Amino acid sequence: MIRDEVKKFILEKFLFNCSDRLDNDASLIETNTVDSVGILEIVSFIENNFKIKVEDEELTAENLDSINKIASFVERKLGTQA
Amino acid sequence: MRNNEYMKEFTYDLLKLDCERETARLTAFISEAVARRLRKQGAVVGISGGIDSSVTAALCARALGPEKVLGLLMPEKDSHPDTLKLSQLVGESLGIKTIHRDLTPVLNGLDFYDEMTGCIQQIIPEYSSGWKWKISASDIRNDRLFTFFWLVVQSPQGEIVKKRLPADSLLQIIALSNFKQRTRKMLEYHYADRFNYAVAGTSNLLESDQGFFVKLGDGAGDFKPIAHLFKTQIYQLGKYLDLPQAITERQPTADIHPLSQGQDEFFFGLPYEQLDACLYGEKNGLPVESMARAIGLEAGRVSLIYRQLAHRRLANEYLGLPPLYPEK
Repeated sequence: MIRDEVKKFILEKFLFNCSDRLDNDASLIETNTVDSVGILEIVSFIENNFKIKVEDEELTAENLDSINKIASFVERKLGTQA
Repeated sequence: MRNNEYMKEFTYDLLKLDCERETARLTAFISEAVARRLRKQGAVVGISGGIDSSVTAALCARALGPEKVLGLLMPEKDSHPDTLKLSQLVGESLGIKTIHRDLTPVLNGLDFYDEMTGCIQQIIPEYSSGWKWKISASDIRNDRLFTFFWLVVQSPQGEIVKKRLPADSLLQIIALSNFKQRTRKMLEYHYADRFNYAVAGTSNLLESDQGFFVKLGDGAGDFKPIAHLFKTQIYQLGKYLDLPQAITERQPTADIHPLSQGQDEFFFGLPYEQLDACLYGEKNGLPVESMARAIGLEAGRVSLIYRQLAHRRLANEYLGLPPLYPEK
């Protein structure tokens, strides 16, 4: 569910829904799908959409550089907050 | 050549320029470009008091004659206090005509200052007149190939407040800041039209290679005589061309934001000498380990910088593209 919402946002925002395939494990940065501003836009999206606060030290590729990584990160954050 | 370079250990000698030869080559290029290809009668150079624009103006003065070069001095109220003084010094030392246009009223007309204040206050409400601000970029790390930015403000008492910029505010600040470079370029083209001159671009190699410029702002120009040169080489040319010491010994500064900020602070947090070395190494395929040894950085950091340079080049490629047209 979280993954679907993240994927929908990325597809709409960065790919104009043009790409029928966006691999859930592909690096968003290395594949040039998003740039640094794009990552910050994703951060704003997950902060607003899932009501979480992303700290500076959490801005890492491990947390944010693929759809699956973002979804896992959000799940962990929501789990921590609950 | 490439294969040989693969085998080379990096030394700063690789960035040493034969200044006499390069000056002859570049002045010939400028004369040919301005007179024959562009069919213009002189050159306009926006002079900031930094080394890049000063060397560009000096090359134009040698190529075309000082009387055929117009230097535009375009500070605004947030510019460093030395900016105008140093750019006047360059103009005087080269014997070229200069025109001083204060950008402040133009930027006021664009609502630049009020909008910027509003944007900063949304993030740091206590910010008010008399405070200074800048944008500071995060360092790059192995676990993060992207950059994020902080808004840093300083109160008149020297207190520093720092907050991470959300995407929307970052975009707003970039869009507003770009008014400065675009207004400067608009004035350069105004005077170019007025005197039938060409506009000299002042980008260096790092800026043109990495897209570190504003499209239709400082990235614009009719000819770009130093866009192939490393910063260290531009400093060498500056000394060879007898520019004032105040220019050739001044450290680079972006001079974009009111709170002072070195250009090296904006780009990998490296001094320009090491940045030049890494750019040279990355472009010429020099091994990471040899580069790391030569410039005194850890191999992991050099490897990361190589990756970032390649990544930024690709990510910012669009900045250098002409408009795209549909196929016929």
